[in-house]
Amino acid sequence: MSDTVLKTEGLGRRLAGEIPVTLVQDIDLQIARGEFVAITGPSGSGKSSLLYLLGLLDQPTSGKLWLEDTETSSFDENELADVRLSKLGFVFQSNFLLPEFTALENVELPMQRLGRLSNTEAKARALSLLGDLGLASQAEKLPHQLSGGQSQRVAIARALANDPAIVLADEPTGNLDTASSAIVRHILRDLTKDRERTVVVVTHDMDFAAECDRQIRIVDGRIATDPADGRLT
Amino acid sequence: MMSVFLNIALHHLLARKRQTLVSLLGIALGTAFFLGISAMMQGSETDFIHRLIDNSPHITIQDQYRNSQIQPIARLYPDAVVQMHRVKPETETRGIRNYKQDIDYLLGLPGVQASPMLQGQGLLSFAGKDEALTLNGMIPKDIDQVSTIGQYMIDGSIKDLTENPDGIIIGSELARVLSLERGETITVSAATGQSHAFKIVGIFHTGRASFDEAQVFLSLKRVQALLDRPNRANTIVVKLDDPYRAQALAAQIEAHVAYKAVSWQEASEDILSTLALRNIIMYSVVSAVLVVAAFGIYNVISTVVMEKQRDIAILKSMGFHARDIQQIFLFQGILLGACGCAVGLPLGTAIMYALGRLTFKFPGSTQLNQMPIDWGWKQFAVAGGFAFVAAVGAAVLPARKAAQLKPVDILRGAGA
Repeated sequence: MSDTVLKTEGLGRRLAGEIPVTLVQDIDLQIARGEFVAITGPSGSGKSSLLYLLGLLDQPTSGKLWLEDTETSSFDENELADVRLSKLGFVFQSNFLLPEFTALENVELPMQRLGRLSNTEAKARALSLLGDLGLASQAEKLPHQLSGGQSQRVAIARALANDPAIVLADEPTGNLDTASSAIVRHILRDLTKDRERTVVVVTHDMDFAAECDRQIRIVDGRIATDPADGRLT
Repeated sequence: MMSVFLNIALHHLLARKRQTLVSLLGIALGTAFFLGISAMMQGSETDFIHRLIDNSPHITIQDQYRNSQIQPIARLYPDAVVQMHRVKPETETRGIRNYKQDIDYLLGLPGVQASPMLQGQGLLSFAGKDEALTLNGMIPKDIDQVSTIGQYMIDGSIKDLTENPDGIIIGSELARVLSLERGETITVSAATGQSHAFKIVGIFHTGRASFDEAQVFLSLKRVQALLDRPNRANTIVVKLDDPYRAQALAAQIEAHVAYKAVSWQEASEDILSTLALRNIIMYSVVSAVLVVAAFGIYNVISTVVMEKQRDIAILKSMGFHARDIQQIFLFQGILLGACGCAVGLPLGTAIMYALGRLTFKFPGSTQLNQMPIDWGWKQFAVAGGFAFVAAVGAAVLPARKAAQLKPVDILRGAGA
């Protein structure tokens, strides 16, 4: 297996309609294992759209995407879902936890769906992940009983539940106060350092972006700057 | 893995307790009413059919043929155009010939009781009043085996007719009209000019005024003499251990004896058709209740799908398949249907039990009657099955809609 965990060639997404809209186009990227990458850019530039394509939540209208050397354009919806389940983890801006489930149950869900661990093992792993993120005492609480920062840490724990190769985060600190934001940034940073996991973050926060190994700037759906290939426009 | 979907479905429903409870009650009450009403309708039908079976012969062999007889010349030249003028039918004494042989054949069949009967018209003149009668000539010792008239005796018994061949059993209405009592002697005459004096040995009361006024029961021999039809019967009455064999057996008997054999189903075809139509109407109405309840479930699950779009996006982003999402919402229908049945079936049982204990009087009757209720596993299966299918069916469309949601559309809409 090469050191490149994620690769795209000419990736594009165009919305059909009376007035077609191009969300992203001509995206050529290579992201290495363990890299901490920030995708930045102005609002509406296509950052989130690119993240959804990288996370196989959306399908490109042009170009190709390789995930750990596997080209995914021929995958059907079920195969894409299986890849998301086992290789990808998502953290979103809002509190995207299932409101009727406790923090522990939220973290257990992806493991129960994957079915590799028994219920007891899944529970133990979920508790361990929550403990690692300083939430052991909050495990039985419902999302509405948690603060924004705590909820986002639960979301990170859930993203890590199936030990994914890549964690994709869309504005993970966007709704957090400064202190909580610092904690979440630190946790995401640690994921790449300690666990050799790749983290791709979409953010407006330039301080956060500055902490990343690499900043890719998107403007009008295209890569404007990417230190990896020295592109500057 | 199924337990994960079931768990999510349960959490969704429990998060909307009031709506879930209302939907559940809809299915439960629908199931209960379905059971209650179907038990009443089925009970009244069964009661009616039992009365029909008990009070009429299961098979009646009549002294006529099902198809008119073909003239010998037409039989000889089946393809010819035959026209005959002034055909004079042979005058013969009507009735079933050699009925004793037919009776022997019938009694040889398993579970069959048969007895000959000669019916004819007679006239009773008493105290200046004339009453037209239908004379039912029967073998007295057979009456109890092939007829229920013995159950309606209010004075005397069938046995008295066995002991007294010159006895007659009359109806209560005739006794009232002519002020007759048991022990009195009356003279019955027939169109043949024959008349005979009979002693009233019993009085019956069926509740049907016309029957109680016009029908009388006498010894077969005496009626044969009165009607001048020696050794003839015009009807053979057949009773079966299993009345529901009547249709098949009637065909078999007709093929053997050649005379027309009419089963109780054939004789009551119009009534049975009406009962079938009534059942269709009843089941349509009660099913409508469950369909309305199913719309409640559709409403709840559709609302959940609308409200849970963000959760659906999360689950899909985690790696849940479209069919997993569909199963989660189908499970909600299954849970509502199963719980609705679990509440509705015992509730329906209680309603059926309560209805079965109700007593009331028919207008003009002094007798207390119980509501005829009939319940069996089939009603429970139909009620439970229909409620369950309605509940799950109501979940199908919202579940499919949920499965088709694109996570990226929801995430974009959420402003992520």
